[in-house]
Amino acid sequence: MPRFGEWDQRRARAIIAAHASLEGPVLPILHALLDEFGHIPDEAIALVASELNLSRAEIHGTVSFYHDFRRRPAGRHVLKLCRAEACQSMNGPRIARSLLHELAIDWGETTPDGALTVEGVYCLGLCACAPSALYDGEPIGRIDRDRLDGIVREARGT
Amino acid sequence: MTRVFIPHDAASLSLGAARIARLIGAEATTRGLPLEIVPTGSRGLFWLEPLVEVETPEGRIAYGPIGPSDLARLFDDDFLSGGSHPLRLGRLEDQPYLARQQRLTFARCGIVDPLSVEDYEAHGGYAGLRHALTLEPQAIVDEIKLSGLRGRGGAGFPTGIKWGTVLHAQADRKYIVCNADEGDSGTFGDRMLMEGDPFSLIEGMTVAGLALGAAKGFIYIRSEYPHAYRTMTEAIELAMEAGYLGPSVMGSGRAFALETRLGAGAYICGEEMSLLESIEGKRGMVRAKPPLPAVKGLFGKPTLINNTLSLATVPWILANGGQAYADFGMGRSRGTLPIQLAGNVRRGGLIELAFGTTMREIVEDFGGGTATGRPVKAVQVGGPLGAYFPASMLDLPLDYETLAAEKGLLGHGGIVVFDDTVDLSGQARFAFEFCAAESCGKCTPCRVGAVRGVEVMDRIIAGVEPEKNFEVLEDLCTLMTDASLCAMGGLTPLPVMSALRHFPEDFDKAPRVPAAAD
Repeated sequence: MPRFGEWDQRRARAIIAAHASLEGPVLPILHALLDEFGHIPDEAIALVASELNLSRAEIHGTVSFYHDFRRRPAGRHVLKLCRAEACQSMNGPRIARSLLHELAIDWGETTPDGALTVEGVYCLGLCACAPSALYDGEPIGRIDRDRLDGIVREARGT
Repeated sequence: MTRVFIPHDAASLSLGAARIARLIGAEATTRGLPLEIVPTGSRGLFWLEPLVEVETPEGRIAYGPIGPSDLARLFDDDFLSGGSHPLRLGRLEDQPYLARQQRLTFARCGIVDPLSVEDYEAHGGYAGLRHALTLEPQAIVDEIKLSGLRGRGGAGFPTGIKWGTVLHAQADRKYIVCNADEGDSGTFGDRMLMEGDPFSLIEGMTVAGLALGAAKGFIYIRSEYPHAYRTMTEAIELAMEAGYLGPSVMGSGRAFALETRLGAGAYICGEEMSLLESIEGKRGMVRAKPPLPAVKGLFGKPTLINNTLSLATVPWILANGGQAYADFGMGRSRGTLPIQLAGNVRRGGLIELAFGTTMREIVEDFGGGTATGRPVKAVQVGGPLGAYFPASMLDLPLDYETLAAEKGLLGHGGIVVFDDTVDLSGQARFAFEFCAAESCGKCTPCRVGAVRGVEVMDRIIAGVEPEKNFEVLEDLCTLMTDASLCAMGGLTPLPVMSALRHFPEDFDKAPRVPAAAD
């Protein structure tokens, strides 16, 4: 079952309308669209621009600046691995490299079966429990290969 | 009914706290024991998480770290009455790690239910705002000035002076903005506070709003902190229902409203001008200063922008007096510093102490050395833009001026420990790599300099014409320091040059290879 809905112009318009009266509505709207559709498709950029009476260039500029606003759908599950210094000090890079090597993907890529996207992130604020990760929004501290293997199995439903 | 306190901050959850809470609830039901589980923030002793505290006549008795397999015996040993068990820690307040601290900003964190206004009030909450409501705006600002509080985000600018500038700015609208974009690796104080004691931040911002004549505030929280965002958003709702926010704060007839805003994964948005652009819905590009945000900030209006921990300290200052706060500390660094000890360390956590504690006390006495048991080789202080110091310099006291004099910075008070397996030339390369990934791109020294930095480091690490490349490296660092628009490009040379200065052996390991042109 997909976690996110297919692109739906009417639904998107309702989401935009629900946030349009906020001061500085663009980021809240983009986040809400991301929560609904799992990514920011081209149609969304055009629609947000026209509903807020801004240029498409402005919305495109905002979307493309931030790492979170992915333009294509991610895999069914998303694993964010911290790549910052505190996690480096606890062997994070080696653990991450060996996982990516085994999955035969690079940072930001999705496994060919569409099960798992692995992204790098700079700090999750779990620096006293390093190395750390965020799996579908759930924090995981003191990760090792065993733990990551368990996550990969879970993501693949095996 | 026995009350059991279980932390639910992201770090405790990352170590399995939610599962422990569930299992304790289930086991208590099975055994027919009445039990109330109170979710709290973390006390910041992370090697003991998941930690459980039980309310007894002798105080809260702690047990930890608890794994699922420990539960049957904990119940058998009657931990609900504070019974003895190998994991029994006694009262946490008696643990040296906590007993030696001076918790002002974090006094309630890990003790109260973060989403209970009543609990907050019962632990001294809203005393500061109540006092502030009896004062003239200038008197509030004077109290902050007297406290000597300086921006905890890293720059260390005197908070009271910032407040004074916004107070005297004339405009139809003003804003209070909290910078909760805590992106520095090794720091988690903002997160802990928002997840453990969100009302202290709300109260601090409310005091600021009333003092400076702003009716609206924003808390900008990074998206890497989903739990902090949810807790903070919910706490704002609760404060509104309780009349602490809204059209008439505490019946004063004066309005103050708060909203949370979620970042979107850009480190640069921790820079105050980028952050304001981001709230406005734009690319998080740095704006040139002046004008200062205090004069022309969010939506072009005078804006007070302070760090989470600066604002969350305001209630304590208003409740206890600026002088009481200034009585802590050393030199021009007054009050307490919430130090975040992280990385390769046995006992990582939050350590709030008066300024002036040495790094050695933190890393060795509190931290107990490295987690791997190997010797400490380096500590990085103040996040990715902070310097690397060798173990021989651990006797430096933690205060703004001392670290600046040693070509480092205190930053947000994070200390990341590395053991002797770290290669500082790799860390220097990473500093540039990080800057290249996160630069907003507005100014050339940062945007291009960071990329050139990675290339130069690659040549040095490969042993290609090291003498020439060291010269290029120094030249590049000087340029970035002098010509970058903000701290991102301006301070990236700090970790690089400190690594080179203190660990030259790490930069000269590779056998010399001829230049590519040869």
